[in-house]
Amino acid sequence: MIKAMLLASMVLFVVAIAIALYSIIRGPSLPDRVISLDFIGVNLISIIAVTSVFFHTKAFLEVILILGILAFISTIALSKYIERGVIIERKRHK
Amino acid sequence: MNVSDINEFLGALLILIGSVISVISAYGIIRFPDVYSRAHAATKSSTLAVLLTLVGAFLYFLLTEGTVSIRLLLGIVFVFITSPTSGHLIIRAAYKANVKRTVTTIVDELKDAYDEREKKNHSDITQHSRWMD
Repeated sequence: MIKAMLLASMVLFVVAIAIALYSIIRGPSLPDRVISLDFIGVNLISIIAVTSVFFHTKAFLEVILILGILAFISTIALSKYIERGVIIERKRHK
Repeated sequence: MNVSDINEFLGALLILIGSVISVISAYGIIRFPDVYSRAHAATKSSTLAVLLTLVGAFLYFLLTEGTVSIRLLLGIVFVFITSPTSGHLIIRAAYKANVKRTVTTIVDELKDAYDEREKKNHSDITQHSRWMD
């Protein structure tokens, strides 16, 4: 029964990611797409956690940290790109 | 049903609740009209979903093996801090890039604050150039 519950939650997460993919394709503006990408990254974290519980191992837990950091930094870089048009600003005054 | 079964069931139940909340939030993403309300659906409730899932996994490992997983605790704290922050940042960028609001928007309180700050910045700049002269 535990296995069935974990499998059901994995299927539900995959459904959520599929809906977010549809939203990426449809999204009328760039921030919509970035929001959906952030949603996918956050859901991947939870899928990794469910996988780790399902196989009853702790080997996947580093992946959670790395995916969290990657999702956060990519969202910040994309939002800075939307706001200012550049990602890395050079110094204007010496 | 003995004690260890109940413990496993507790972790799996939290994970299942988290996945249901995640599907509801994805439905909110495709259902809401503009980017601001979509971000409301996508950042708040997905934070709740991920936190429920990670807490479920943490409780599972704590109750079945008796070990406290520091990596899961770090992941919980990290997601709890960064997910609302990134939602705030992307919506601020969208507002500054003048993404259209939906037609049923009644009031935009942020516009007045930005206009006021813009005026203040402008007067600061002119004062500064006067000093430079």
